[in-house]
Amino acid sequence: MAAPKKAAASTPQDKTDGGSPPEFTREQELKALRDMLLIRRFEEKAGQLYGMGAIGGFCHLYIGQEAVVVGMQMALKQGDQVITGYRDHGHMLATGMDANGVMAELTGRRGGYSKGKGGSMHMFSKEKHFYGGHGIVGAQVSLGTGLAFANNYRGNGNISVTYFGDGAANQGQVYESFNMAELWKLPVIYVIENNRYAMGTSVSRASAQQDFSKRGASFNIPGKQIDGMDVRAVKAAGEEAAAWCRAGKGPFILEMQTYRYRGHSMSDPAKYRTREEVEKVRHDQDPIEQVRNRLLAAKVSEADLKAIDAEVRDIVNASADFAQHDPEPDAAELWTDIYR
Amino acid sequence: MPIQVLMPALSPTMEKGNLAKWLKKEGETIKSGDVIAEIETDKATMEVEATDEGTLGKILIPEGTADVAVNTPIATILADGESADDLAKAPAPAQQQKAAESAPPAAAKTEAPAPKAAPAPQAVAEPDPEVPAGTEMITQTIREALRDAMAEEMRRDPDVFVMGEEVAEYQGAYKVTQGLLQEFGAKRVIDTPITEHGFAGVGVGAAMTGLKPIVEFMTFNFAMQAIDQIINSAAKTLYMSGGQMGCSIVFRGPNGAAARVAAQHSQDYSAWYSNVPGLKVVAPFSAADYKGLLKAAIRDPNPVIFLENEVLYGHTGEVPKLDDFIIPIGKARIARSGSHVTIVSWSNGMTYALKAADELAKEGIEAEVIDLRTLRPMDTETIINSVKKTGRAVTVEEGWAQSGVGAEIAARIMEHAFDYLDAPVARVSGKDVPMPYAANLEKLALPSAAEVVEAAKAVCYR
Repeated sequence: MAAPKKAAASTPQDKTDGGSPPEFTREQELKALRDMLLIRRFEEKAGQLYGMGAIGGFCHLYIGQEAVVVGMQMALKQGDQVITGYRDHGHMLATGMDANGVMAELTGRRGGYSKGKGGSMHMFSKEKHFYGGHGIVGAQVSLGTGLAFANNYRGNGNISVTYFGDGAANQGQVYESFNMAELWKLPVIYVIENNRYAMGTSVSRASAQQDFSKRGASFNIPGKQIDGMDVRAVKAAGEEAAAWCRAGKGPFILEMQTYRYRGHSMSDPAKYRTREEVEKVRHDQDPIEQVRNRLLAAKVSEADLKAIDAEVRDIVNASADFAQHDPEPDAAELWTDIYR
Repeated sequence: MPIQVLMPALSPTMEKGNLAKWLKKEGETIKSGDVIAEIETDKATMEVEATDEGTLGKILIPEGTADVAVNTPIATILADGESADDLAKAPAPAQQQKAAESAPPAAAKTEAPAPKAAPAPQAVAEPDPEVPAGTEMITQTIREALRDAMAEEMRRDPDVFVMGEEVAEYQGAYKVTQGLLQEFGAKRVIDTPITEHGFAGVGVGAAMTGLKPIVEFMTFNFAMQAIDQIINSAAKTLYMSGGQMGCSIVFRGPNGAAARVAAQHSQDYSAWYSNVPGLKVVAPFSAADYKGLLKAAIRDPNPVIFLENEVLYGHTGEVPKLDDFIIPIGKARIARSGSHVTIVSWSNGMTYALKAADELAKEGIEAEVIDLRTLRPMDTETIINSVKKTGRAVTVEEGWAQSGVGAEIAARIMEHAFDYLDAPVARVSGKDVPMPYAANLEKLALPSAAEVVEAAKAVCYR
């Protein structure tokens, strides 16, 4: 069999209209840095624990895409729901879910968010309005549309942020959902995280229309392509889309142009792209380095940044420690939570 | 020669209808395509168009006549030059089959065949323990019982809403949601696009937030498009979330064979859904059970698959006149008691089971007929207690035998009552073929009372 064709070195591009996005305040920059770092260090640790055999099954890391969830979360209100697919650890941390609970779920322990019964791809938090964590590609799009339906039914002013990837964007139910969402003017932001690869298949090999912001065009859903590596651009776009939804105008599509540094899952050797391609994005566009450089340019001291690093490392190390020492679920747990 | 106009069949399952109104008078000129009469089925009023030209000679069935059988001559049309004197020469209806066929209803929808106006289900011998003695009963169709169950629950709980194709303005493809839009409005009675996978997911998502959707599938055949959301999302979320997030939702609609709609529209999903932990699966037979179990399903905090049967929609039965009549999910009912052989069935399978029990009684075999009503969780205890008494069992289902519900029942009997069995358990099921279209083949593909009688005699060594 011929080796899979390597896609042309296609990297995220800044398509934001009119140049630079609005500046962040120092507090916003620091918060964005801290939240993105937490996700990155958490994911690095998860990768390490997977290598040690402490995490089983599938484990899809979010490294490289941190600006998308962190920027979006900065645009949301209390009560807004978040739902995504299987690359979900970053989304959970961004909604404020506890690192211990997430890591312990990865290791299949009783202190995990799903008592160890869900694993990496299936975690939920009613308290943080996080609706999963779904392992079937594209299924979360109909479900997220249903969350928006419920907001509309209750008239609670909340919106549903429904994340999916460039791969899921080719599933049929996505378009069934688009149609209903626009027909019924449901408050849902569809965030398409275009990280250029659906597992090993590049966007150019799978998608007839590669501009995902246009995927709602036949339903009259507005869409924008956003530099998903710039947390400020993400937040600004998220605010615009949220305002649109809250005004009762229906759904909005945001294509976040981003990149995943790691393989699709831990077992993916990523032979479908070059090392140089990955290195170039890391070097030129890393979402965390962008913020760090801006903070340094604004004369925030190295020591202050190191303090954030240290805080994040402490949280992550503590979560890894908890997740390896928390007991496995009781055998009786096998038979609970099947019916209410 | 005068042409006879015959009572048309307006859907695959229609056997009779009411002649509501004549729109042409005797002696009036008729052109092909003119609407000449209105026919009322139990779900709709349809217009009958003329396919022949001439003069309306004689109206044979006056307007307002109820229960006119399909193919009954209802009028004659005189061609040019013919007079009323020629009426006597009109051919017999048997040779005029074509006339009926060539009079298509103006508004017929092939997707939604009307249920046949069949006789009421067999009288049930055993009183229902869920109904207090002396309760006043009302007679209604299963279609009405379902509608009332939904309306009552929607009045009681503002979180309950119904969504599906044609449930609102069309009043339900099978008229099960008739009147709900008028009472509850478009916010709670929601017409969806034809998009089963999508709206099933929307329903589950809404249910995850605590709303209580009733998702109607026009038939469960179309739910195949949505089965991923039903199983992977609805059934598993409670477990996958460690009990944090569940889904109170009812998926309902007609399941199983209707009549003459062939392979893709005639499949029994009893075994499919009853295989899945996290789902409850209900498949009632009597009108009272339809009502009481649908109310229970709507209140249940879990996803419930509510399998209806199109052939039964028009059947009437006695429904208790109680403010809040609930039948608990998970309890079978002894529909007829007997001591020689246990027959276990559910939904329309009960039609064959009860008819067979009548036949068997004539030959001195007293069958105990159990209506399972719920397939998951299955009321094993009622089955086992009966088998311990009779020592023999026959299962009856319209679905396929392999990995079917009958196979499951047989296994449970073997596990729990092996020593009580005097004969191997026998299964009567749909034949192991896709449903054929031809009337004779379709009949052969479905189970029959005769097959149940034969199986019951076999296990009784008679």
